[in-house]
Amino acid sequence: MMQLDTLFEQVESIVEKYGRERSNLLAILSEAQDLVAHNYIPEEMAEFIACGMCIPTSQVYEVITFYGLLSEVPRGRHIVQICDSTVCRLNKNTSLGEVLERQLGIKIGTTSDDGEVTLEYTPCFGACDISPAIRVDKKVYGNLTEEKLRRVINQTVGGRKA
Amino acid sequence: MKRTANLISGQLKKYDPLQLSSYEALDGFAALKKAFELGSDGIIEEVDASGLMGRGGAAYPTGKKLRQSADVPGEIKYLICNADEGEPATFKDRHLLEFDPYSIIEGMVISAYAAGATHGFIYIREEYLYLHDMLRQVLALLREGGYLGTNILGKGFDFDIELFSGAGAYICGEGSSLIESMEGKSGRPRIKPPYTKVSGLNKKPTLVQNVETLTTIKSVLYHGSDVFLKYGTEKSHGTKLISLCGNVNNPGVYEVPFGITLREIIYDIGGGIKSGEDVKFLQLGGASGAIMPKSLIDIPYSYESLKEHGLEIGSGAVLVADNTNRIIDFLDSVQTFFLHESCGKCTPCREGNRQLSNIIGRMKDGVATNQDAASVERISNIMKYASFCGLGKTAPTAVLTAIRYFSDELFSKGDVYERV
Repeated sequence: MMQLDTLFEQVESIVEKYGRERSNLLAILSEAQDLVAHNYIPEEMAEFIACGMCIPTSQVYEVITFYGLLSEVPRGRHIVQICDSTVCRLNKNTSLGEVLERQLGIKIGTTSDDGEVTLEYTPCFGACDISPAIRVDKKVYGNLTEEKLRRVINQTVGGRKA
Repeated sequence: MKRTANLISGQLKKYDPLQLSSYEALDGFAALKKAFELGSDGIIEEVDASGLMGRGGAAYPTGKKLRQSADVPGEIKYLICNADEGEPATFKDRHLLEFDPYSIIEGMVISAYAAGATHGFIYIREEYLYLHDMLRQVLALLREGGYLGTNILGKGFDFDIELFSGAGAYICGEGSSLIESMEGKSGRPRIKPPYTKVSGLNKKPTLVQNVETLTTIKSVLYHGSDVFLKYGTEKSHGTKLISLCGNVNNPGVYEVPFGITLREIIYDIGGGIKSGEDVKFLQLGGASGAIMPKSLIDIPYSYESLKEHGLEIGSGAVLVADNTNRIIDFLDSVQTFFLHESCGKCTPCREGNRQLSNIIGRMKDGVATNQDAASVERISNIMKYASFCGLGKTAPTAVLTAIRYFSDELFSKGDVYERV
């Protein structure tokens, strides 16, 4: 993680940009999380935001733990999400999962030991017309075949040894 | 024969969202100008006459909803466009947001004028991140063009719209959860009454409308309710956007007149089944909708005909599954989703989904019995009648209908399920 001082300065400017009203909490947390390489909100950051918005830290945690986008624990630098919706299930997403597990060398639902990549299932993100689909670092890739999937991973996460 | 229509989707993909003039050139804002002439009552009467029902899934009459909102007094009143389209197999709102944002916003300004709303929001799901910036630019262009902000089109009406992003929670598609989320809290539903149209965001009157509903309001005003009534059936008026997906050749968003049969949707519009296999089942309206067997595909796609068979239009999702799929794998996917998305506020939904997941686990292992079938019915009934919001009420629909039509696949041999 970068120096805490610098991080706090950046978070402070995000809080100022949105304003200290409670209604901005979700937007502030989402943007603050993007500052952290491992896609999570460290405790110090949650406390800092709570303090800046004059709300209890427990309430900030209630929000962080409720939403799928936010995390209170470190995740991979890259996040690979396989859509586990009904539509992708019909379009045989399970075989995509196997390919990804082999290519990334990790099981679904885990993060690699070096903290580079998290592989997980995610609920439907509305790309059913290009199913089966995955989302890598918030970007959607669809109509996946095994070959296309390998290409997408090479371009986003990079080549990895299984 | 052409099966699709273009009442709602007339402007879709026809212009560049970053060029306001290209929308204006397509007769853009003609509906808004007409709305200003009609006034609040006139707009509501027109929408009422069209028979439009909410397109998010609950099918509440839109004219009635507008009237109820207009009748609530208040200095500050909100209008929220619900673009938190989280229902699995549904992507028609995404299509509208991407390819015809101006019609949605025109529908918002018309609705705001009718209901007397002063502030607007588009609550968009985080998963549609790639659209966020474009929509912010569209809103800025509309402000510059005098279609948003103060004194819109010189008519003395003030209304502006902000974009608000969700953060990945299916439950936030429910109106009161969406509002909780906008207030910076976890998105759990509120007890009703008071209804959000009386006390919603910041305890102010709040009208929450689905993306497609708003676009259709614009379309009703543009074409007139009489044109709208030329399409559809006796009780289901006009047209509907469907999200056609699954094992079909041409998945996508299509506008169909009510009354078209599901067979026509699958074969004429969807181009048939990709694998060349036969249809096994459909799920209408998303994960919360009923599973129907192939034997029913000749029924017309309309509110009343589907209701006769215990089915619903819902969000307009039409998910088609071919013979290569096992019903249990599909149910497993549906149940995994609801177990994950139940917000945990009320016991029937939280614990009910947990129990349903256990039973579906036993079905998967091939050891589910008559006893389990009875448990599903009992638990589902409690969920349907005692859950706090629509999520818990509709979560058991898929498993219940799967048991109705495919029980031999779900229960162990020699233990024939009898309806309790």
